[in-house]
Amino acid sequence: MKFTSLSKGKGFYFPPCHLLNICGFRVLFDCPLDLSALSIFSPVGIDEGEFRVSSCDDFRDSECSDKKRQKAEKPLDASNLIHAEPYYKTVNDLHLWNASFIDIVVISSYMGMLGLPFLTRKQGFSAKIYATEATARLGKLMMEDLVAMHAEFRQLYGPEESGSTQWMKWEELDMFPSVMKEIVIGKDGTELGSWMPLYSAADVMDCMQKVQALKYAEEACYNGTLLIMAVSSGLELGTCNWTISSPKGTVTYLSSSSFVSSMSTDFDYHALQGSDMIIYSDFTTWKAGNGVDDYIGCSAPSTYELSDFSNSENDWEVRAESLLKLDDGAEEVEKLSFLCSCSIDSIKAGGSVIIPIGRLGIILQLLEQIADSLEATNNKAPIFVISSVADELLAYTNIIPEWLCKQRQDRMYSGHSLFGHVDLLKDKTLQLFPTLHSLELLKSWEEPCIVFCPHWSMRLGPAVHLLRRWCGDPNSLLIIENEEYTDLALLPFKPMTIKALQCSFLSGIKLQKVQPLLNILQPKVLMIPEDSRQFIPTFNTSMSLKYFSGKETLCIPKYKTTSELDIATDLTLQIQWKKLRHKETSIARLKGQLLLEHGKQRLVFHNDQEASMQAKSLLHWGKLDLKSLLVSLQKMGINGFVEQENIDTESETPTLVHISEPRKALIEMKGTDTVISTDDEDLASLICRTICSNLDCI
Amino acid sequence: MAIECLVLGAGQDVGKSCVVVKMNGKKIMFDCGMHMGHHDHQRYPDFSRISSSGDFDSSLTCIIITHFHLDHIGALPYFTEVCGYKGPIYMTYPTKALAPLMLEDYRKVMVDRRGEEEQFTSENIADCLKKVTAVDLKQTVQVDKDLQIRAYYAGHVLGAAMFYAKVGDASIVYTGDYNMTPDRHLGAAQIDRLHLDLLISESTYATTIRDSKYAREREFLHAVHKCVSNGGKVLIPTFALGRAQELCILLDDYWERMSLKVPIYFSAGLTLQANMYYKVLINWTSQKVKDAYTTRNAFEYKHVCSFERSMINAPGPCVLFATPGMITGGFSLEVFKHWAPYEENLITLPGYCVAGTVGHQLMSGKPKKVAVDKDTQVDVRCKINQLSFSPHTDAKGIMDLVKFLSPKHVILMHGEKPKMISLQERIQSELGIPSYCPANNETVSIPSTHYVKADISDTLRRKAKYPNFKFLKTNPEGNSNRDFMAPPTDPLRVFDDRLTDGILCLDNGKKAKAVHQDEFLGMLGAEKHELQFAYCCQVRVGNSGNARNIEISGDTLPIIDKYSRLHLLNGKLALELAEVNIQDCGEHIQVESVSISVCLNDDCPHRVSETSLNNSEAIYFCCTWLAVDEELARNVISALKKLELSTTEV
Ligand SMILES: [Zn+2]
Ligand SMILES: [Zn+2]
Ligand SMILES: [Zn+2]
Repeated sequence: MKFTSLSKGKGFYFPPCHLLNICGFRVLFDCPLDLSALSIFSPVGIDEGEFRVSSCDDFRDSECSDKKRQKAEKPLDASNLIHAEPYYKTVNDLHLWNASFIDIVVISSYMGMLGLPFLTRKQGFSAKIYATEATARLGKLMMEDLVAMHAEFRQLYGPEESGSTQWMKWEELDMFPSVMKEIVIGKDGTELGSWMPLYSAADVMDCMQKVQALKYAEEACYNGTLLIMAVSSGLELGTCNWTISSPKGTVTYLSSSSFVSSMSTDFDYHALQGSDMIIYSDFTTWKAGNGVDDYIGCSAPSTYELSDFSNSENDWEVRAESLLKLDDGAEEVEKLSFLCSCSIDSIKAGGSVIIPIGRLGIILQLLEQIADSLEATNNKAPIFVISSVADELLAYTNIIPEWLCKQRQDRMYSGHSLFGHVDLLKDKTLQLFPTLHSLELLKSWEEPCIVFCPHWSMRLGPAVHLLRRWCGDPNSLLIIENEEYTDLALLPFKPMTIKALQCSFLSGIKLQKVQPLLNILQPKVLMIPEDSRQFIPTFNTSMSLKYFSGKETLCIPKYKTTSELDIATDLTLQIQWKKLRHKETSIARLKGQLLLEHGKQRLVFHNDQEASMQAKSLLHWGKLDLKSLLVSLQKMGINGFVEQENIDTESETPTLVHISEPRKALIEMKGTDTVISTDDEDLASLICRTICSNLDCI
Repeated sequence: MAIECLVLGAGQDVGKSCVVVKMNGKKIMFDCGMHMGHHDHQRYPDFSRISSSGDFDSSLTCIIITHFHLDHIGALPYFTEVCGYKGPIYMTYPTKALAPLMLEDYRKVMVDRRGEEEQFTSENIADCLKKVTAVDLKQTVQVDKDLQIRAYYAGHVLGAAMFYAKVGDASIVYTGDYNMTPDRHLGAAQIDRLHLDLLISESTYATTIRDSKYAREREFLHAVHKCVSNGGKVLIPTFALGRAQELCILLDDYWERMSLKVPIYFSAGLTLQANMYYKVLINWTSQKVKDAYTTRNAFEYKHVCSFERSMINAPGPCVLFATPGMITGGFSLEVFKHWAPYEENLITLPGYCVAGTVGHQLMSGKPKKVAVDKDTQVDVRCKINQLSFSPHTDAKGIMDLVKFLSPKHVILMHGEKPKMISLQERIQSELGIPSYCPANNETVSIPSTHYVKADISDTLRRKAKYPNFKFLKTNPEGNSNRDFMAPPTDPLRVFDDRLTDGILCLDNGKKAKAVHQDEFLGMLGAEKHELQFAYCCQVRVGNSGNARNIEISGDTLPIIDKYSRLHLLNGKLALELAEVNIQDCGEHIQVESVSISVCLNDDCPHRVSETSLNNSEAIYFCCTWLAVDEELARNVISALKKLELSTTEV
């Protein structure tokens, strides 16, 4: 087994990407896009003339370069951004691999899918792609929305400037401010090749046709060898961890997971129990601010607690579960209600609220809660969702009870719709529009209002236009997530007087939960990011730890040199066991046919059974003891004399036993070689049987 | 090991489906239905046969319900709330959502209208359903460490599922009711090709073969259209869910196309809640309905409105869906009493009617009068139309499913005895699968698959991946009865035996381990013992005139001569032993493991027998072979002895 980490990603919006070679098959985990890198481009809709910088093509003299370089040293301003149709940053190291070498792609979340059309449109790509039904559906909508939003750039820059890659020239790159340069070419300067022009709607369609959609815990069998299963990770709608079973054992791919799910199906740890190896790919655990500080003061649960669990199976599960769920939820609930109250405050003050958050789970909850708060506080303001896929997205969320948590399902059982937005749409509190410039929107537009719209990168989508509209209004509110390049993202809108609320939501396993989780799952081997080393020097377990980091392929030592074999009962009835001499072991020749189906190896009866029986050769081992052989021979009525006896069995000269009765024969013995020579068939077989009875054989 | 099936209901009958399957120590109850044709204790399965003490929790591992029809779920609230079963219950999401509506509807009919003693309360229904774990299709659910279950799409009604259950190596499928052809709102049943010990299938239409559904649908629409255009009223008695929605889509669509204005009614309370569920659970409908849902949800009907009791005798034509189906009582019976005596009206009975119901009486023959209870007779002058399309599979569908799954055994349930027996015979004769149709309270026991678990070493596994062709001579006569289909076999057979070198080892009390024989010796720390046979065979040289040459050359016989003699021998042997494959390897010739070379050593220890010829008259050929080829070697030697080599031929 080999493992290569291609990218550790950047949290929720840019999940990690890895490659695993298992049983000779290459499995790619996720295929995301780094949309935060869009921030090097100028946002859509900015009048380009306004910031236009003369291109170096016009006068290629040193003066130009000097001018630019000087500018670069000044504090970054909006004119530094690239005024061109954006390119999109894919996982750099994925380009090092030939697309046709990948056998399987598994997608853990809708965010992990956004780069997939780049891969599927490559020549020779023929891998099987697995994703949960919900991930596939939502991923498709996100990609379609991205293509739709990007179209605005095409209109802006026109066909001739579309696809202009002037900025990718090295001489231009050299003049970029360092923040931007780092985004373009990466910290090690190798990532220029990862930028791609966006895929088309047709690419998305084509890509989706190659995806096999799975339910949670549905077994997908690849090539008879691998059993692949998506298991709920609790993070978002349809997000999952993966288990891949083969006759050699089970590997779990643990993506960013959440133990307290407020909306989607709960984290399913039962299905992960008993895995031989876990690839721990939740990098958010090691991110600063994710409970790392708390962890220092809090000691890892000690082993006596663990042994405590083993009293009874049920008790153990209950306690383990409660340990995982402990205290995570309240904090997230508080965050949301804080956002709600801030939004209400803005509305009260006559300002509008713009929420360009990309997390479906958060959007759906905020929609309900803000509507509730508005009603509770007797404030009236319309809520708009503006996106090319808003209609379909919200309609879809209301027909997927199977992908939601218990509380949501209970809403259905008690006769309600799954989400509050169904009723909000009915009474027009909530309105959906495909674009900002749709006629219906103009008719019903009203301020102050609350708008949910893409895109969180603040480079494309309705959010760009709305922020520009309200960025000077101190009563308005912008709710964005705390990303690595937030400053850069907001740069083109400065100076801003709008209130900006930066928040971060739980997007993975907290540090304190790692140990309890591992105690429950008990893998033999744990693959864990190098990043974790500084936080946890040693884990309190017996498992073997393997640290991985980017750009190197790690060979995972075999944790087993055997695999499971199921032998059909009809075959076992035929097995003729033979006891080994001087040992408590029975042995038998294998027969039948070895089948590999559904990740299991089976030995079954096969048609040529008789034929193979006949053709079997006997295997003998060990050395002959001359004395006991002679005794045995005598018992059979075979007499003779020993011509020469070699005490030293390694000697080159053989021991010869001349048989005179009943007929002439010769037995030649040398170490583990014995030759019987006689003219008489019956005597030959008699001697042979006698010798065999003095040897172990099968 | 055996799988035991105790049939508690729907054995040679339709109604109160319930079978308890015991396999590898687990006991699963499939369906827990009630019988619409009985009003006494016979309406429920005889639960006392599961546990006489009534301790159902320890005698059952879980209950699985296939769909929301009362003959599959009707006894569940009674079993959990009255009999006290508290263990796990599994059903699909739609079944969990829709079952309460069905149960409540039934409870009302029983209590409010028929005045019977209440078997369970509304509260019982709610409490019962709270204990249910909902499952999705294809999702593998681990009930406990050993029991795995999985639902497969069954068509039939929204949320209907076939269930696969596996304990250890034993596995079965219980189909519940299913439909192998798609209808207006549901897809056809779908299942993986599984290795099954047992398939328990419904067999409602065990001998019927149905033709195209569309012709039947047209027939239905025309009958309804004709009736309403003559000013008649159409009564369609259905259960709240399933048929009602399918026919509604059908009529709604037809009304739209034909621009009809005649009202279509749903009896009160029937549609609203049910439709909400159908809309949310649209993923469980057919692909066509699913694909269209963003533009128009098929369950939002345009022409359907709700019906008030006061409208029963209102003038003018209409179409009315009324519960319960089969006219067992309640509102449908009330409307029936009013509408049946008029010949312009139409009663359309969708689907099966259980014996003992008014629906059943209407279907059997053309009754002039129908007894609705002890004292009341109703004149029937209206037209009666039975819908001949049904959400159940027909005989072809059952045969197709059995063939597709090829289980080791089949049990038929949920049908009528004579038809079931004829289907059972068909399955046995056409597919060669032993099958049974037990009556209620009978137990069928069948053997189950069991695999012995072993470990296999990587080396053996790797070697077993590659073909290992063996050639074998066989006696065609000897094999003729084994492969009666195969053409006359070639005497030389090729077969792929990848496991020849595999050895299975069993240490006392430990798991068996399969290893390659080389590894095996390594494990033992032993060395292979090579056991060989040898015989130095004298062959007469024919031409004595040339014998001198040999004498002269003696020990220093030129190599070329050695080869030519071998070559000569090869030719002779080939003539003598026509059926063996002789290879000339230069220094020696080889027949399987038998190696023959010219022997020039006068003291050769393998010259054991008395020599009859002196050296000038003979050449010695040393033969060695392995024990496996003993018989062959003896044939070769006896052939050698008979030979006479002529040196002039050299
Ligand atoms: Zn049914
Ligand atoms: Zn039924
Ligand atoms: Zn010899």
